[in-house]
Amino acid sequence: MFQIYCPYCEELREEEEFHPKGQAHIVRPANPEACSDEEWGDYLFFRDNPRGIHHELWVHAVGCRKFFNVTRHTVSYAILETYKIGEQPSVTAEPAVSESTTSTDDVRQGVRA
Amino acid sequence: MNQQVQRLAQGGRIDRSRPLDFTFNGQTYQGYHGDTLASALLANGVDIVNRSFKYSRPRGIVAAGAEEPNAVVQLGASEAAQVPNVRATQQALYAGLVARSTNGWPSVQKDLMGVVGKVGGKFMPPGFYYKTFMAPASMWMTYEKYIRKSAGLGRSPAEADPDIYDHRNGHCEVLVIGAGPSGLAAALAAARSGVRVILADEQEAMGGSLLDSRETLDGKPADQWVADVLEELSGLANVTLLPRTTANGYHDHNFVTLHERRTEHLADCAPRTAEGARQSRARLHRVRAGQVILATGAHERPLVYAGNDVPGNLLAGAVSTYIRRYGVVPGNKLVLSVSNDHAYRAALDWHDAGREVVAIVDAREAPDGDLVGEARERGIRVITGSAVIEAKGANRVSAARVARIDIDGFRVAGPVETLACDCVASSGGYSPVIHLASHTGARPTWNDGILGFVPTLVDGVHAAGGAHGIYALGEVLADGVAVGSQAAAATGGEAAEVALPASQAIAESPACALYQVPHEKPTLRAPKQFVDLQNDVTAAAIELATREGFESIEHVKRYTAMGFGTDQGKLGNINGMAIAARCLKRTIPEVGTTVFRPNYTPVTFGAIVGRHCGELFDPERYTALHQWHVENGAEFEDVGQWKRPWYYPRKQGGKLETMHEAVARECRAVREGVGILDASTLGKIDIQGPDAREFLARIYTNKWEKLAVGKCRYGLMCKDDGMVTDDGVTSCLADNHFVMTTTTGGAAAILEWLELWHQTEWPELDVTFTSVTDHWATMTVTGPKSRALLAELTDDIDLDRESFKFMDWREGTVAGVPARVFRISFTGELTFEINVQAHYAMHVWKALFEHGKKYQLTPYGTETMHVLRAEKGFIIVGQDTDGSVTPEDLGMQWCVGYDKPFSWIGKRALTRSDTARSDRKQLVGLRPKDPKVVLEEGAQIVFDPNHAIPMPMVGHVTSSYYSPTLDSGFALAVVKGGQQRMGESVYLPMADGSVHEAEITSTIFIDPKGERQHV
Amino acid sequence: MSESALSRVNLFDSRADHASVAVESPLAYSWQRSGAPAPSAASRVVLREQTFLGHLILRGGAIVLDEALREVLDIGLPGRPNTLSWDVSGERSIQWLSPDEWLLIVPGGEAFAVERRLRERLADASFAIVDVSGGQTLLTLEGEAVPELLMKSVVYDVDPSHFPVGKGVNTVFAKATVIVRRSGETRWELVVRRSFADYCYRWLLDAGEEYAIGVER
Repeated sequence: MFQIYCPYCEELREEEEFHPKGQAHIVRPANPEACSDEEWGDYLFFRDNPRGIHHELWVHAVGCRKFFNVTRHTVSYAILETYKIGEQPSVTAEPAVSESTTSTDDVRQGVRA
Repeated sequence: MNQQVQRLAQGGRIDRSRPLDFTFNGQTYQGYHGDTLASALLANGVDIVNRSFKYSRPRGIVAAGAEEPNAVVQLGASEAAQVPNVRATQQALYAGLVARSTNGWPSVQKDLMGVVGKVGGKFMPPGFYYKTFMAPASMWMTYEKYIRKSAGLGRSPAEADPDIYDHRNGHCEVLVIGAGPSGLAAALAAARSGVRVILADEQEAMGGSLLDSRETLDGKPADQWVADVLEELSGLANVTLLPRTTANGYHDHNFVTLHERRTEHLADCAPRTAEGARQSRARLHRVRAGQVILATGAHERPLVYAGNDVPGNLLAGAVSTYIRRYGVVPGNKLVLSVSNDHAYRAALDWHDAGREVVAIVDAREAPDGDLVGEARERGIRVITGSAVIEAKGANRVSAARVARIDIDGFRVAGPVETLACDCVASSGGYSPVIHLASHTGARPTWNDGILGFVPTLVDGVHAAGGAHGIYALGEVLADGVAVGSQAAAATGGEAAEVALPASQAIAESPACALYQVPHEKPTLRAPKQFVDLQNDVTAAAIELATREGFESIEHVKRYTAMGFGTDQGKLGNINGMAIAARCLKRTIPEVGTTVFRPNYTPVTFGAIVGRHCGELFDPERYTALHQWHVENGAEFEDVGQWKRPWYYPRKQGGKLETMHEAVARECRAVREGVGILDASTLGKIDIQGPDAREFLARIYTNKWEKLAVGKCRYGLMCKDDGMVTDDGVTSCLADNHFVMTTTTGGAAAILEWLELWHQTEWPELDVTFTSVTDHWATMTVTGPKSRALLAELTDDIDLDRESFKFMDWREGTVAGVPARVFRISFTGELTFEINVQAHYAMHVWKALFEHGKKYQLTPYGTETMHVLRAEKGFIIVGQDTDGSVTPEDLGMQWCVGYDKPFSWIGKRALTRSDTARSDRKQLVGLRPKDPKVVLEEGAQIVFDPNHAIPMPMVGHVTSSYYSPTLDSGFALAVVKGGQQRMGESVYLPMADGSVHEAEITSTIFIDPKGERQHV
Repeated sequence: MSESALSRVNLFDSRADHASVAVESPLAYSWQRSGAPAPSAASRVVLREQTFLGHLILRGGAIVLDEALREVLDIGLPGRPNTLSWDVSGERSIQWLSPDEWLLIVPGGEAFAVERRLRERLADASFAIVDVSGGQTLLTLEGEAVPELLMKSVVYDVDPSHFPVGKGVNTVFAKATVIVRRSGETRWELVVRRSFADYCYRWLLDAGEEYAIGVER
């Protein structure tokens, strides 16, 4: 059960108030007719499924009804940032792991299987 | 008559002035207020509390807490109050408590399966069930029935639960789990800092190990300090104390579920409050915490030796707890087998109770700690370098066989001495309770210093005291304060002083690593040495599993069932891993642990469900006319969460109409007279803004730029993959103002869909969307006489067919109420949809009926609505479409604006090769050759019924009804290339072997030119 | 100019203000079905339905709406998320719902006039006003056990120390959604959608039983 910071309500809210809407930053081609079938198929159906950093579109459905973006780690489920539509993520790569600590990634390996 | 033969005359935290009668396996016993069921059973000398799961061996109480593997009982005096899987060690005694063993058939004392267990024991290796009972596969059900019956994992009540349960959403800065010394210290530190603290503890009383400690704090008994701390905490407004509350699951982002047993210590069923109100029996707290402190302590590990499951084998710490906390000595002559100093307390407590300590058998060569010294001073025999290698006895321990052991060589290294005794207590060290930390997904790490796994902690989670291997009381308290302060500071707490109480420094000699005790015979031939008592897993089973090639501990677990079920490996896991490590010649950290999963201890379904049951199971949404429907005998249909009238059966000749009769009558009324439908559930979205029209043109498949004020238009919506997703009528209220209707089920999703496109792709469009579904009530008056009826109720709307045309809307008053009236039709008949503010709906509806008497105004429900619309070929999105149907598949090219300037949602996809195929499944009508047949919805369609099986399936029936107007069955269906096959026959093979023949027709069965709705 | 702006939307007074027209609040059916336990001395929560108020949704930019609202109703638009403010009389409130959406609640009968005046004042600005009076109702909950009752019902943190007077949020209530507002030390409000009102009412009676919930009618 996540707790998500809504960038419009400016506070942490419970997951039950949100709906996930898939991968973020999928832009509809400006001129669909100029797309090949393959390009259009990519836009419609193909999504990333990364192990690690993932940018997602969510909507605060039972709140302010605003869509926004979430940067989430798909292994630890940590939410690293949330940001408004039209903004770009500031977290785009794994944080560097210092030598003394174990990365969350290793610790949780395979656990969700 | 006091049967409490093992009860001490004094001592313990029980109230001897409050005796309580209870029943166990049909026998009545007496215990005291303050007892657990387990302590009361021990006080009464009850040795056997269960039969084991697989071998049906007699089992007694082993532990004093959540880790108890054997004393798992069925609770409840009445059928309705039955609760399975209750640990007797966690169940407070109350007057009239009734409990039974869950295993043992016909009884625990005389067990039929015991014979199988004894005889078959040797022949029941791990995987026995898989290997033996799986063949023939058809017999598994039969085998399982008997195995289940004899294994008896408890049973659910056969009657409805009379109790209520609830949930509570808790929020705090610091959640402390466990109210032992570290938890109390942590809670105190956090509480004094001013942040909100929840302190949860699974036991009847808070205090943990301090409730039976031999140690003092500030020179006073340790439980006095507990009382002082609890008094302070309970007086603080920022602290919530939750006793009898188990933290069962740790979920993402510090969300923890706590299971509070609110009345289970009082009676079978929850008593009413003083005011007579019901109270919940159990409450699930859904806590979102800023920081979580795991102060869950450690579980003592038993040693694994032969015969360690015979009743009378206990954990050393449990012996101390029963003596000091409950005033019960679980035997007369004790042999204690240990690997560490701490467990010596059991012998000292036993000695204090005036019973005989036969010997302390210590695996270490030269233990010299303070407690060892104290035992020696009392003249207790201490045998070093040795262990109990076997406990003898059938239904109760009668002797312990003791010998020198060579731990590294894993062998017995000297002669065996047999000591007569009736109790063997053991301690192989302590395992931090890391279950909750494991729920986060973080693997624990092995700590050689404490011979145990310690939790790996993710952000916002802390461990304190025994939970991460700190055991000396003074250090535990200091750790608790430090962790509590740290957690509080992380959530904005003020720094606060907490003075530590003075505790004694007790010198301890180092523990040794001992898990399985060697026997004279090799493990596979020695008497059974149990690792997991609840699942009947032996050391031999683990050894066998490794020999059979199971090297991963996760595989060993699944092959042997070690740590399964409600036990979750509390006592046996580390021993099992150590044995696997020995067999595989690896270290314990190399073997690793299995994953502990929620729930830590069983949670009743009641607590999980809370109040979401019965009439509150799910929201029931009602229209403003619901009461009228109820009073007029409507049968209801669930449409999403809405309750919609399905049909209105009438009494005909003393008999209630069937649905078929009612629907036929309702259909005729609409086609010949006038009917009325409550259509308020349709989604309604108010759309305003200068770009509203442009937005509609982008989101709908058809054109909107020329829709004039006062006009309505049907619209079809696709996803960008070209598949139909919703439909409805949108009306132009003013140049910059529209009202859109959606399907009943699609209302919320479509509003979100509009917002998605507006917010993420087209924010430049000046348009807003607001749900007005609940604001308006919608009454559909339809049929040839609808105009005449409406004319009686309005004098300011010109109903003339020329001035108020089909697909027009007008505003005015109906029955004195401001209304918007829409001439749109879902029945094919002349129709007026009257929309009024919902507060006035009942007034208008009743007025319509008052004036409608002379027209036999007939209310109709969703079933009639479906028949009428299907006769006209009007689709229902979600019934005639399934997310794979394009507008062209529906034959609705007329509703597609191919030449609109903006590439509207779904347009591009319609020219993909797959969507442009000519042999796609297309919507058609079907007329069964036999008019009496009503085809089954979902029935598969073939072109050639004589084709060899498997026949190529070319489509299916989407809607099918009997039409009173046609006096025939008819259907809508999707058929491959169907629009080019008009007049051809298709066949529908049914499950019973019969085959129906039907003719492909137009989807419009009545009034193909659509004249009736224009009259 | 304002006339032309007004003509581009359909301004419609859906209120029927005659004694001859029977009017039913969203809880009308619930009174019939579930009754209404009378408040007693033991009641730690008292519920009351504030029927037939005017509920308007305002959409648009905060600055223009704020100016218009001050002029028309003498209330400032709450700028901070999840807050609300009242006029001096306490009879009119305006609540933040999203960065471009507010809920204005006014006494019954005022909604249409307020909408018209706001529209005239706002003229050609980019905004929208929607009357949703028929679609929702306002319940007040008064008493010291209200936070306890709400904790059993909503996922949002309603601890009084974290939910000051003047706060209001849209959140999950049991399996429905409501707006929760705190209007006084021990006074809270729920804005409930009409079709969910009976479910919410039955939930409140059930969850409130241990606090001897009473209903004032």
